Amino acid sequence: MTDARHAGLQSILVLAAATGVALLPLHLDLFALMQVTLFAAMSVLALSVAFIWGFGGILSFGQTAFFGLGGYVYAIAAINFGDSTNAILLAVVLPALFATALGYFVFYGKISDVYLGVITLTVTLILFNVVNSTAGEAYRIGIARLGGFNGIPSVPTFNMPFHPEIPLSPETSWWVTGGTLIAVYLLLRLILVSRFGRVAVAVRENETRAALLGYDTRLVKLGVFVLGGAIAGLGGALYVNWGAFVGPTIFSLSLSAEIIIWITVGGLGSLFGPIVGCFVIQWLVALIGSQQTFNSNLVLGAILVGFVLLLPKGVAPTFLLCLARLRKRYRSTTEHGSAQSTPHAGQLT
Amino acid sequence: MSLTRRYFLRSTAAAASVTALASPVFIRNAFAAEPILVGSLHDQSGTMAASGSPMVDSLKLGVEEVNAAGGLLGRPLKLVHYDTQSNIQLYSQYAQQLSVRDKVSVIVGGITSASREAIRPTFDRFRTLYVYNTLYEGGVCDRNMFITGTTPAQTVAKLVPYAMSKGGKKVYIIAADYNYGQITAKWMQKYVKENGGETLSVDFFPLDVTNFGPTISKIQAARPDLILSALVGGNHVAFYRQWAAAGMKDRIQIASTTFGLFNEPATLSAAESDGIIGTFGYFEELTTPASTAYVDKLKKLSRGIPYISELAAATYEGFNLWVEGVKKAKTIERLPVIEALETGIAFDGPSGKVVVDHKTHHVSRNTYLAVVKDRKWVVTETFPDAQPLDTAAVCDLVKNPNDNKQYEISL
Amino acid sequence: MDLAIILALDVLNGAASLFLLCVGLAIIFGMMKIINLAHGEFVMLGAYATVIATNAGMNIWVSMIIVAPLFVGLVGLLIERCLIRFLYGRLVDSMLATWGLSLLLIGLVTTIYGNTMNGVPTPLGGFQVGEYRSSWYTLFLAGMAVSVMALVYALLRFTRFGLIARAVMQNPNMAATLGVNPSRVYMITFGIGAGLTGLAGGLLAPLSGITPVMGAAFIAKCFITVVGGGATIISGTLTASGLFGLVNQLGAYFTTPVYGEVILFLSAILLIRILPQGISGRFFKGMS
Repeated sequence: MTDARHAGLQSILVLAAATGVALLPLHLDLFALMQVTLFAAMSVLALSVAFIWGFGGILSFGQTAFFGLGGYVYAIAAINFGDSTNAILLAVVLPALFATALGYFVFYGKISDVYLGVITLTVTLILFNVVNSTAGEAYRIGIARLGGFNGIPSVPTFNMPFHPEIPLSPETSWWVTGGTLIAVYLLLRLILVSRFGRVAVAVRENETRAALLGYDTRLVKLGVFVLGGAIAGLGGALYVNWGAFVGPTIFSLSLSAEIIIWITVGGLGSLFGPIVGCFVIQWLVALIGSQQTFNSNLVLGAILVGFVLLLPKGVAPTFLLCLARLRKRYRSTTEHGSAQSTPHAGQLT
Repeated sequence: MSLTRRYFLRSTAAAASVTALASPVFIRNAFAAEPILVGSLHDQSGTMAASGSPMVDSLKLGVEEVNAAGGLLGRPLKLVHYDTQSNIQLYSQYAQQLSVRDKVSVIVGGITSASREAIRPTFDRFRTLYVYNTLYEGGVCDRNMFITGTTPAQTVAKLVPYAMSKGGKKVYIIAADYNYGQITAKWMQKYVKENGGETLSVDFFPLDVTNFGPTISKIQAARPDLILSALVGGNHVAFYRQWAAAGMKDRIQIASTTFGLFNEPATLSAAESDGIIGTFGYFEELTTPASTAYVDKLKKLSRGIPYISELAAATYEGFNLWVEGVKKAKTIERLPVIEALETGIAFDGPSGKVVVDHKTHHVSRNTYLAVVKDRKWVVTETFPDAQPLDTAAVCDLVKNPNDNKQYEISL
Repeated sequence: MDLAIILALDVLNGAASLFLLCVGLAIIFGMMKIINLAHGEFVMLGAYATVIATNAGMNIWVSMIIVAPLFVGLVGLLIERCLIRFLYGRLVDSMLATWGLSLLLIGLVTTIYGNTMNGVPTPLGGFQVGEYRSSWYTLFLAGMAVSVMALVYALLRFTRFGLIARAVMQNPNMAATLGVNPSRVYMITFGIGAGLTGLAGGLLAPLSGITPVMGAAFIAKCFITVVGGGATIISGTLTASGLFGLVNQLGAYFTTPVYGEVILFLSAILLIRILPQGISGRFFKGMS
């Protein structure tokens, strides 16, 4: 009953979002449209972390490794092929393969918790160092120069599939990016209601118990991690399409930390919240840079600290909590009993 | 059905953006006194803030002066500044905002080469004139932009022979591990060779390295006569301190292309920095009337400014070159201003006469050689009208006006 | 031979600085499982305290060894009372809050003191090893690392507070039933961790460029070292910083500083893969 109502609500929300994406160009000027295109691309990255962390229990401090790899793979492939179609595909496949290798190394070595976070962080730092020292003629893949710290400028943006002569306009770019965001959201929702998704959440809740029930928890975690890597890679391609530029700072520690902020602000254990968190924080950072009264770091720092103290559970869960309180009298308390025992209160499934 | 709707949406949106693009022109004609917008993208917070803050102050000074003198073409100037917070993504974002929404007439800014390369395509795409004022590795060839910072041919070429005459022929090069450092190191090697010297080793350092112990040992093992440094940023200052702490300071001469950009002579003790040689397009200690007047005005405007280096002076000169270009073109339209600047417009700035070079869109300018004494620079030599020969070897915008890439000069 | 001595000194220097930088983080992380992303800014505050006190005419040794840890320790106590104490057991929120805190501290220091800062010269001077020169300050740093280690060990091992602290670390609820107030223990421990970090900042001040953003260079490396070291504070941090200092310094000497960094990171990954609980999880079970 409630499941059906939930599903109904979900489909209405998704439909509304899709309509919004389709109609937005009519209501926004060109710059605002480009801005939301960027936010949507970053939101795909936020979704990948929201999924592996919130539902797989895998805390990756280095999701930018896959994001950046996706960006670089897209840039290099697009420059070489002259056509973005296969480049986008590669930007999903190669980060996924890299995630498979890294995930195998990690999960089959029984590494978990904070140790996993450190390994992913370290991999990102290595990538930063290596890509950073690739200035010079010698470092090229095909006709694409890697460019070291200066990065790769003037990367071809997306074009109509298999028609490199027709680049996408800013409006079409927005439809592609916003549409991808909705598609990824839907995909993750479907996965979460599938058998695999339920097992993944079970592994997050209690790995030993899931293993004793006969599930190969290493394989499940690997699957979640690879999916996250592929989505992050896709986000990287969308990001490069927005800015027509990719440089090694894409692997930087500050971006990794920012993702964690999006998730925390939006609420861990939700898929929709992190998207909101990503939009809000990105918008805020851009806004802070256009004022001259206070140091930007000071303002953002104060906001984050204030946020933790005032809204400890994140935006979406706090909102849901309020909803839940309102509906409390209509629902039986036993349904809530099990949810309360999990560490992630207010979680969506 | 959906196709036609999409097509409809796209064409309406396109039409809307065309109107949006066209309307400011109309408004400009209608209200003659509407301010001319000057865009600014500099880091005022984060790791690059020490470079960016003086540049913004210097640009503010330039704008204030033009306004005090009655504006430009009878219209006041208005500065639209965004703090890019040492974040490349924000550079791209604000670049779009400046050229698409604010529709500024010119953009002054960008500090690292990475930030410049991130925003350059945006300005090419949306046809917004761009002025870049940081000393850099050279080689950018783009008709839509003008570059006033010094390049290796203007500084390294002067620094190396002088330093070798003070130190000796065996040279050890240390540089920051990114494009500026790597390319500058190549130029250093070239000039060392041309002056009959020998490069013993070239070492690169990531920007977050703070412990230089192994390097100092390695340098001692190699026994050079001279160290050429292109180390960059606050962390790398540690090298000079650890070098002095080991008691090496007075044994081997150091010369640098970057030491002094962020006030290093004053932040180190005299024992750590005395005798270091540097070359830049400008030093605050220059005693020419133009220079002292500029320093006085800027220090009055911004009391907190710790040191006025080439970064600030070149920003001021770059902005004023654009002003001269607009005066000559009698319009703020992009192409006429570019064409006016290409006629070889000159500006007498704090560093001396700065002249735009049509072929490279760089400038010929005076460069200066100075030695640190008692936490200040002492300017010992002037090289008048240094040309951007490095970029001129690969870039010819007279012949290929549509070129827009950064060449890496092979040596 | 001379070269070997100099290289040994480099390794000693690298390991000692890493240990000094990490021990405060190790205490805070090991004790309260708080990932303090503002750790680098505590280092920065220590360096600023030293520089400001010295430039105001105070003796440099006093400002390094007493003023810096005292000041940062007090700042730490203040931060613990106002912010961190609400976040125990909330790993994620603590990361968000301390990241915000790090930005806040950078912004605050920049607003007050600007983007650059006059440094203090390195005291002591250099000495000769055959044809090479090294600085006495390197040896002093190593000495300080040993003293800090001995001090923390003695504190945890022989004092009543140390006993209580270790009890709270192992099982806060059990300790609370026995009449200990974990909140107070956490507060003091956080202050001590912050103070030791401030000491590291003070000691490194004469060797570093002093800027508001200098902390960013340390945070990742410290975090990797502490986690690589594992659960026990002293032995874990000591072995990890020894190992990473060795690998980093020798890597930097024999290859390039870039590969020195990469080799350090690779060895950290391998270490955690081979010993998933950190070094001390395997070799130093039960020790503090």
